[in-house]
Amino acid sequence: MLDLLSGFIIELRNAGLPVSLTENLDAMHAISHIPLEDREAFKYALAATLVKNNAHWRSFETVFEVYFSLRGPEYSISDGDREGSIDDLLKQMQEAQMKGEGNGGAGGMDSLTPEELMNILMNALMNGDQALMRALARQAVQRFAGMEPGRPVGGTYYLYRTLRNLDLDGMLDKLMEASKKEVGGDLTKLEERLEKDEYNDRIEKFKQEVEAEIRRRLVADRGAEAMAKTLRKPLPEDVEFMHASRDEMQNLKKSLQPLTRKLAARLARKRRHGRKGPLDFRSTVRHSLAYGGVPAEPKFKYPRPAKPELIVIADISGSVAAFARFTLMLVYAISNQFSKVRAFVFIDGIDEVTEYFKKTEDISEAIHRINTEADVIWVDGHSDYGHAFEVFWDKYGKEINPKSTVLLLGDARNNYHASQAWVIKEIRQKARHVYWLNPEPRSYWNTGDSIVGEYGTHTDGVYECRNLRQLEAFVEKLA
Amino acid sequence: MDNRFESVQSVRDGLKAVNYLADDGIAGVVFLADRLGKPILVEGPAGTGKTQLAKSVAEMIGAKLIRLQCYEGLDESKALYEWNYKKQLLRIQADRNSDAWNDIHDDIFGSEFLLTRPLLEAITSKEPVVLLIDEVDRVEVETEALLLEILSEYQVSIPELGTITATQIPLVFLTSNNTRELSEALKRRCLFLHVDYPQLEREKEIVLTKVPGVTEMLADQIARIVRSIRQIDLKKAPSVSETIDWARTLVLLGISTINAEQAKETLHVLLKYQSDIAKAAKELSDD
Ligand SMILES: Nc1ncnc2c1ncn2[C@@H]1O[C@H](COP(=O)(O)OP(=O)(O)O)[C@@H](O)[C@H]1O
Ligand SMILES: [Mg+2]
Repeated sequence: MLDLLSGFIIELRNAGLPVSLTENLDAMHAISHIPLEDREAFKYALAATLVKNNAHWRSFETVFEVYFSLRGPEYSISDGDREGSIDDLLKQMQEAQMKGEGNGGAGGMDSLTPEELMNILMNALMNGDQALMRALARQAVQRFAGMEPGRPVGGTYYLYRTLRNLDLDGMLDKLMEASKKEVGGDLTKLEERLEKDEYNDRIEKFKQEVEAEIRRRLVADRGAEAMAKTLRKPLPEDVEFMHASRDEMQNLKKSLQPLTRKLAARLARKRRHGRKGPLDFRSTVRHSLAYGGVPAEPKFKYPRPAKPELIVIADISGSVAAFARFTLMLVYAISNQFSKVRAFVFIDGIDEVTEYFKKTEDISEAIHRINTEADVIWVDGHSDYGHAFEVFWDKYGKEINPKSTVLLLGDARNNYHASQAWVIKEIRQKARHVYWLNPEPRSYWNTGDSIVGEYGTHTDGVYECRNLRQLEAFVEKLA
Repeated sequence: MDNRFESVQSVRDGLKAVNYLADDGIAGVVFLADRLGKPILVEGPAGTGKTQLAKSVAEMIGAKLIRLQCYEGLDESKALYEWNYKKQLLRIQADRNSDAWNDIHDDIFGSEFLLTRPLLEAITSKEPVVLLIDEVDRVEVETEALLLEILSEYQVSIPELGTITATQIPLVFLTSNNTRELSEALKRRCLFLHVDYPQLEREKEIVLTKVPGVTEMLADQIARIVRSIRQIDLKKAPSVSETIDWARTLVLLGISTINAEQAKETLHVLLKYQSDIAKAAKELSDD
């Protein structure tokens, strides 16, 4: 057990979780108070002692599943050795037979036809029968995943193969049909929505069972360490904007909100306390009266530092779009830290989108409008920084003033068009600051068609912003 | 020391008996906090029952709840202890002519002149105590240092008096709405518990326990609609307390099953931002 635990903790550290020695010891103490067969309690005991940041929960959970999936009562490689599920299963099969659909085979689930299996699955989902869903998940993996020992294939491949055979999207429609039939009429839109939510929830749980089963088998085949390594994923704050999967994007979006809340609170505090102004003589004397004329409590003038006026100019083409989106969301979420925020987006044409943010409190809606409505294509929809900058300068250049801070966002991959770097130089002469944020790793800068160096010489600094962590650090400095 | 709880399940049952619906995670961490003698740092969105957890645990074990509400600018004299200057001055004046200074000094820095504040009160209390340090994320990082000694050693050092050690280890809860990152030192000393919006079943149970006159069916529907609304991308998702408020409103209005129209008309109880209300209304509407 201790070996397993120390392997587990090493893997948590490998996954980027900061586990200290104290916490390691705490975890060992904690589990000594938990009955080992209670897998859930065991999991929460480890989480409470080892994971002190909710954003790290998913990583923890994955590693936990890998290391401890072979323990606990529900563990089994072959299907249905658990009393509850077998009973339910047999009952279901009897019912199926009574309806005259069964083939009378006595060999457990293995002998069911695919149609029978789908029928039982549908029933399980209809009734929200967890035990049966678990048994079916096992059966499905055994049948459809085609797993072979020692094959170096990742879990997602097996998941895909299993789910393809189950057609769960079609299943949702069928479940909704059946619901309608059951109430004998049409559902209101609200009822339909709630019903759908419920089935989606159950289908999601079923998918998780399938995933868990695949993981269990892979761990049994390859060992925990090797599995953990293949599953290792960056923490949300370290996910690269340019390579985030859909799933990771969702997570990133979720972690953006608490992050901006913290950032805003921190900045507000900084503004209130950060800089002490010169001594406020009058106030000090006034307060000294309370101390018999001794100026015991010096008072300071709080300067109201002028908030910068922010102008964001963002490339929103393909690979850097996600980065632009997150930066805009972050900037607008703390927009009260700036006296004004204006946003421009471009690909080869440029368009001002400030209005989108003004019209709604809802930042994601504004972002959605940018993606669908902004007029950013001039010729062919390949980034042309030079042209976009030139148009910007013509139209808005005169509005840049010594209070403006200009943020340029993009990888500066200009498709070998003319750079028109003179625009940046002009901007810098008029603005307070000009910064460039690049979502590419520094080592890629100025390779191929990237000309970030050429633009960069005319700015106050080029910053690598590959992930939320770096972006947050920059924005904090800025405000 | 004797354990306060038999098992995780007994924590869950005990909390339920005082109308707090815990899940496995919550009950498990409370159980462990007792066994390990460690404070719990409870973090999560506002209105998910963090403060209530400490109150309910106190009620469950029949302990006195001592609460330190944190705010920006909280300091030692408000959190730990303060010398009663006025009383000290009076004492000095009364003795002006008689005692030697040394005697007076020893005297005025005795416990008689000490004003205890929540933290000191919690460790000197003779009766069982649950200490709640509420919204700890509101104090500055530097102020956290005040808490560290008490959280790991259950003692307070007072330069003039020496070290005061707890007679009994209290259960300690710290809550945070996560407006800033707490220091590593603080987190290391605590068990961590993230409390999120409850699962459907638990939320329904909460509504049933907290809202008089609500039917099983209505509670179920409320929990489902709230779950559905939380899936929409909103500025601020409805919290448990808002779910409860909404349920109360619906009961007051004499509604037994909610239709889209009624849901829309009462959304402002559930959601705080105009844009969120508009968005949710659109999603729920019948047309
Ligand atoms: N699990 C629960 N069981 C019973 N009531 C709860 C639960 N969670 C939240 N509540 C109710 O929600 C309200 C808000 O809880 P509170 O503890 O003040 O939230 P927080 O401190 O997390 O902001 C309380 O009135 C409490 O009664
Ligand atoms: Mg609270």
